[in-house]
Amino acid sequence: MTTMNKSLIHLLLVCCGTGCVANGAREVYQALKDNLTSDDKAVLAATTSARATGCHGLCAQGPFVRILPEDITYCRVKAADIPEIVEKTLKQGEVVKRLLFRDRQKKALVQGQNDIPFYRRQTRVALRNVGLIDPSSLQDYLERGGYRALEKSLLDMRPEQVIEEIIKSGLRGRGGGGFPAGLKWKACAATPAQPRYIICNGDEGDPGAFMDESIMEGDPHSVLEGMIIAAYAVGASTGFIYVRDEYAQSVASLQKAIEEAENHGFLGENILGSGLDFDIEIVRGGGAFVCGEETALIASIEGHVGEPWDKYVFPSEKGLWGQPTIINNVETWANIPVIMERGASWFTSLGTEGSKGTKVFSLVGKVANTGLVEVPMGTTLREIIFDIGGGVPQGRKFKAVQTGGPSGGCIPAELLDLKLDFDSLSQAGSMMGSGGLIVMDDRTCMVEVARYYLSFLAGESCGKCVPCREGIKCLLEILTRICHGQGEIEDLELMEDIAETMQQASLCALGRTASNPVLSTLRYFREEYLEHIEGQRCPAGICRELSEFWIDPAICTGCGLCLPRCPVEGIKGEKKQAHRIESDKCIRCGECIDSCSFQAIKVK
Amino acid sequence: MSEQECEENIEGFRRIIYGFPGEKRYIIAIMHELSRCYRYLPRAALELTAEYVGVPFSQVYSMATFYRAFSLQPRGRVNFKVCDGTTCHIKGSNILLDEIYKNLGIGPGETTADREFSLETVNCIGACAIAPALLVNERVYPRVNAAALKEIIKEYRGGGDNDHHE
Repeated sequence: MTTMNKSLIHLLLVCCGTGCVANGAREVYQALKDNLTSDDKAVLAATTSARATGCHGLCAQGPFVRILPEDITYCRVKAADIPEIVEKTLKQGEVVKRLLFRDRQKKALVQGQNDIPFYRRQTRVALRNVGLIDPSSLQDYLERGGYRALEKSLLDMRPEQVIEEIIKSGLRGRGGGGFPAGLKWKACAATPAQPRYIICNGDEGDPGAFMDESIMEGDPHSVLEGMIIAAYAVGASTGFIYVRDEYAQSVASLQKAIEEAENHGFLGENILGSGLDFDIEIVRGGGAFVCGEETALIASIEGHVGEPWDKYVFPSEKGLWGQPTIINNVETWANIPVIMERGASWFTSLGTEGSKGTKVFSLVGKVANTGLVEVPMGTTLREIIFDIGGGVPQGRKFKAVQTGGPSGGCIPAELLDLKLDFDSLSQAGSMMGSGGLIVMDDRTCMVEVARYYLSFLAGESCGKCVPCREGIKCLLEILTRICHGQGEIEDLELMEDIAETMQQASLCALGRTASNPVLSTLRYFREEYLEHIEGQRCPAGICRELSEFWIDPAICTGCGLCLPRCPVEGIKGEKKQAHRIESDKCIRCGECIDSCSFQAIKVK
Repeated sequence: MSEQECEENIEGFRRIIYGFPGEKRYIIAIMHELSRCYRYLPRAALELTAEYVGVPFSQVYSMATFYRAFSLQPRGRVNFKVCDGTTCHIKGSNILLDEIYKNLGIGPGETTADREFSLETVNCIGACAIAPALLVNERVYPRVNAAALKEIIKEYRGGGDNDHHE
C-alpha cells in the first residue's frame, strides 16, 4: 500500500493507462477534480487527494477508481458516477455496490483490489509502483522508496560491486533474448574505450505486448534509476531511451521524469555528490519492428535506416558510434533498483533455476480478464490463463496461446501445464519474447494466424539479407494459398525446408526466428493444415473460401439476436423458431457466430 | 500550432529544420516534426534536410520510406489508424478495414480525394486489452465494431474534429 500524507483521509487512484483513457478515464479524473474542488466541499478537498496513475492492469474492467486506505476498487467508472462516489463513499463511508468487481466464479461482489482473483496471485516487482503513484510526481516515487537504491549504489558500493550484485541476481534481459544483464555490464566495463553509452530499449514492437508502455507511462523514474545505476557501474556519461513512435504518452511521461530528476540532482553533474556525470536523452523511433533488435536500434539512433549488423562483436564492446554500450529493455531496467535495494539473494528467491525473478505478461485475446499480469517465473500457463485470466469467455473452447510475438510460437492445450520461463518456452518451440500471451479459442484459425504473422514480418523485414527477405515472402505466398483453399500436400514439407534455411542463414534474430509461427503451428496443429488442404475446410470458420455456416435447429432458440448483426440480411426465421442462414447471401464474416449465446451456429 | 508556422514553403521548412542541430542523428526527429506540421514529408523539405545535416538526399529518402511513421503522400485531416496487432487481428480488425472501405472508399495507405480522410494500419498501439482498437488522429477508440465505426465516421464528417471530449 502506498504512503499517505497524515492530514489526508482519502487517497483516490484513477487509472489513466492507455486502455482506461480510451474508455474515458481522463473525464473521470476531471469530474473527480471538479467535484472535490467545488466550493461547498472545501473540507473534502483538504482531506482528499486524487491521483492520475499508470495502468492498474485489469484493463478489461476499466476505468478504475481505487480508494485508499479502505481499499475499495470501483470498476467501469464513468464521469457520471463521480458525484455518487463522492457523496456516498467519501462523505458517508458507504460502498457503491453496483461499481464493485463481480467475481463470476464465486458469484460475489469483491471490494478490495487484492481480493480480486486477477490480482491475488500476482507478485509485482517491475510493476511495483505502476497504478499507485502519479507518474508525473517525483515526490510519489520518493515516498515509495525511489532513488534509495541509487543512493546505496553510488555512495556505499564500488562499481564492480554493483556489477557483481546484478550478476548474482541472475537477471536475464526481459526484451526477448534472455541474455544475463550482469554479463553485458561486465563486458562493457572491461572494454577500455571511452565514452560509453547506456541505452534503454523502449521500442516494444511485439504486437500484443504493452508492459513496457505501462512502465514508461506509469513509473518512468524506475527506468531512469536503473539506467543511472548502470552508468555508475560501467562509467558511462550519456544515456538514450529509444521509444516506439506509437507511444506518445510514454515520451511525455519520461520527458517530465527526466526534467524532475535533473532538477533534484539525480541526473546531470556530480550526481548525489558521487562525482558521476550522467544525462539521458529520449529518441523517438520511426515505427519499424526490426528496431527492437539491438543493433538495428543503435543504427536508428545514429541516424540510419534500422538495419541490424552481424553480432560477431557485441554492443557491450562496440555499440553506439562504435563505443562500448549497454542496451537493456524497459522491464529489465525497472528491475535494477529493486535488486540493488533488496539484494540479489532476495531476487533469486523468486523464479526458477534458470530464470530468476518475475515476468510481466500481457494477457490478451480470447480471455475474460485481459490486462497486465506479473508473476514469478515458472508460473504455469494454466494458472495465468484460467486462475488469473478467468478462462475463455462465451463458453468457447481454449485452443492455443501465442507467446513471444511474431518470433514466438503457438502452444496447444496439451501443454497448459508448461512452466513459463526462458528455457521451457524455447523447448516447446516458442520463446519468452517480451511477454505477450495471446489466447486463442476455437474461432481462431491457426493457419490464418501463421499467415498473419508472416504478413506482419514481410512488412517488417528490413530486406538486408536474402534468407529472411525471400524466405518470408515464399512462406507467406504458400500460407495465403492454403488459406484460399489452393494448398497442396507438398507445401508442408516445402515450408519446413525454407524455414530451416532461414533459421540457419539469416543475419539477425528477426530472420532466424521468423519461421517460428509456421513451425510451431505445423508441429501442434498439423491436422488443421491437412483439413485446409485435403478436406477443403477451415474448422474455425475464418478462411472465407473454406467456411460454410449453418444453424443447428436443435440448439437455436429463435431469440433473434443474430438477425440484426448480419450485415447482408442473410439470416431468416420467425421469432422463437429455429433460424437458418441463406448460404448464397452469406459473406462468412462470422458476426452471427460471435453474437450467438447458445453456440447454435456451426461451421460445416 | 498556428497556420503561419505550418506554411508549406521553403520558409516554413527552414523554420522547422533549423530548429534542430545539423547532425545526422536528428534526421528522424526532423521528419517527425515535418510530419506533424504537414501530415506528410514534402520532397523539398527532405532535400533541405539532407543538405542541412550533410548527407546525400538518397539517405534521407531511404529513411523516409523505411520507417512506417512517415508518408510521402499527404494524409487526410482525419487519419484513421486501424490497429492490426495480433489481438486486434483475431478480434476482427479486418471488419473495420472493410467497413471504412465501404463508407469512404479508401484502403490502407490511401487518402480521400478531398484530403479529408486517410487510412493506414498500425502493428500494435499497445491497447490490446480493449481490442479491436481504432486510432483517429490521437484518440483511441476501444472495442470498435461495424456499427460503432459508422458513428465515428459520422462524428468526423463535415469538419468535425471531435474536440469536445477533451
